[in-house]
Amino acid sequence: MSISVNHISKHFGAFTALDNISLDIPEGELVALLGPSGCGKTTLLRIIAGLEQADQGDVFLKGDKVTDKPVKNRQIGFVFQHYALFRHMTVFDNVAFGLKVKPRRERLSNEVIAKKVHALLELVQLDWLHDRYPDQLSGGQRQRIALARALAVEPSVLLLDEPFGALDASVRKDLRQWLRNLHHDLNVTSIFVTHDQEEAMEVASQVVVLNHGRIEQQGAPGDIYDHPANAFVSRFIGQTNVFDLDEHDADWLQTAGLSTAQQKGKIAHVRPHDIVIEKSTAGTDTFVTLKDWQHLGSLIRIELVKSGASGQAASVYAEMPNDQFRRLHLNRGDKVELRIRHAHWFH
Amino acid sequence: MRPWVNGFSVNPIFYSVYLQKITDMAQSNIMPGFRPAISFTLVYLALIVLIPLSAMLLKTFELSFDEYWAILTNARVQASFRISFGAALIAAFVAGVFGFIIAWSLVRYNFPGKRLFDALIDLPFALPTAVAGIVLATIYEPRGWIGKIVMDTLDVQIAYKPLGIVFALIFIGLPFVVRTIEPVLQEFDTAMEEAAASLGATRWQAFVKVILPNILPATITGVALAFARGVGEYGSVIFIAGNMPYISEIVPLLIITKLEQYDYAGATAIGLTMLILSFLLLLLINGLQWWVRRRSGQL
Repeated sequence: MSISVNHISKHFGAFTALDNISLDIPEGELVALLGPSGCGKTTLLRIIAGLEQADQGDVFLKGDKVTDKPVKNRQIGFVFQHYALFRHMTVFDNVAFGLKVKPRRERLSNEVIAKKVHALLELVQLDWLHDRYPDQLSGGQRQRIALARALAVEPSVLLLDEPFGALDASVRKDLRQWLRNLHHDLNVTSIFVTHDQEEAMEVASQVVVLNHGRIEQQGAPGDIYDHPANAFVSRFIGQTNVFDLDEHDADWLQTAGLSTAQQKGKIAHVRPHDIVIEKSTAGTDTFVTLKDWQHLGSLIRIELVKSGASGQAASVYAEMPNDQFRRLHLNRGDKVELRIRHAHWFH
Repeated sequence: MRPWVNGFSVNPIFYSVYLQKITDMAQSNIMPGFRPAISFTLVYLALIVLIPLSAMLLKTFELSFDEYWAILTNARVQASFRISFGAALIAAFVAGVFGFIIAWSLVRYNFPGKRLFDALIDLPFALPTAVAGIVLATIYEPRGWIGKIVMDTLDVQIAYKPLGIVFALIFIGLPFVVRTIEPVLQEFDTAMEEAAASLGATRWQAFVKVILPNILPATITGVALAFARGVGEYGSVIFIAGNMPYISEIVPLLIITKLEQYDYAGATAIGLTMLILSFLLLLLINGLQWWVRRRSGQL
């Protein structure tokens, strides 16, 4: 295991930031710590880095117990949320910093350092900015410089705190792709923190979902999406419709083709793309009306209103490809029939 | 009507162009109140700063250049200039070091009585300078509380010596340094320190290579303010200085002495020279600050 965390707990006053967390991350993975704000993900990252001390538990990096090692001896690369570039140094000096502060006997010669720094700057495609100051760079450029600076010390693990949090949406998209490719080339075990599930799914090879200081689920993005371990994960990852059997939805779900008899739980989560819509033929009973729709690029998101005998009006969301929706020739206010293909059941 | 500004006649064409320019700016500016604000600024500048300084300049012109030069090259005058500027410079640097440490403690650490201590920093601003001078002289004189200890152990006399002047000026200059460094230190992004540590820097390296360069421009400003204040300081110095001609006599005291002897031209000649020297030194410090900021990418 490249990074191991054993029974870590951390309290801030009465607030429990981390509650007995254990986590193993194999060599070469790109892991996302995903969770809503205040779930403890940044605290966990900072404890792994050594920027914060856990109340209980141990941290292992490459098999070595580093719990009591200060951050400077942990051989980690840390990319801060707002980059924390040294404002008074040029881009070159920023990246060279980690190499220049080494003890004299370990320090490389200035020529070797310069060579290495330029190679890193070329890796992040910003060598042409080497004599600029951080204030003269765009957000995306600062992000890449911060990454180059962290990589300069050849860290055994790379830790990134909300690496795309402070960027424009378009820059963010590019950088996500870029980070994944970079990780593929360097293959250094990396953890990044994010509250954006889309980002986690797109970039990470493993996702760890945290909530209230506990790990809710850990797994590959596809696994987590297809087999959410609990209601929180199901709601947090992707869109979902929630049907509670206590609110008289059972009959209705049965007419929509979802058997409720042998299920273990009382709450059904249905992904929008697991709902099929058909135009209502004359004579059949239906309680569902098409209210509105939005274009999400290749998909259409359809807002349906379920009303009538089975309880109060409620919105249901469905998704389908553009052309399929066009072929249905639906208008606002049309009665439609639903068919639910799949649901996750929770207590 | 011929417009007069600061006692000098101004070319009417230039003046009308200037007025037109101000009017244009007023119309193109979104911020309201430009005209009253700029009028107030100019009137204030003229009444409080430019007219008194011009009057001093004009009074000095009563002297011929040879007379002016004779006053300046007088040995006693020269000694007092050396003492005033030298003591102010040393005091400003000492206040710079201590002020930095005090500001650091106030921002970075929590300790009981911190707020009280914080309030005490401003005391030299508020205290009548003569009171400060008398207190300092009483404590640091050879038979005073601290003066006696220093005298007995180190055989150094503080009060009634140039060293006393330095002590008084450190006291006066300290709040300038603390109050200029404090807000900058508060705004300093501590993530930069964490970044330095994550890259393997020791705490000392992080301090020297990351914190200090970011705080240096503010420290220079604080030292410059302490220096500027120290050069002109009168009240707190004269009680502790001993005021021995050639040894511990400061320039402001010499000006008072000249005034008491009804030598107004002589007094203004020294005053003007002091003004020019102070102005040049402040320019130099501003240049230094510009250079530091530029070198550290803050411009």
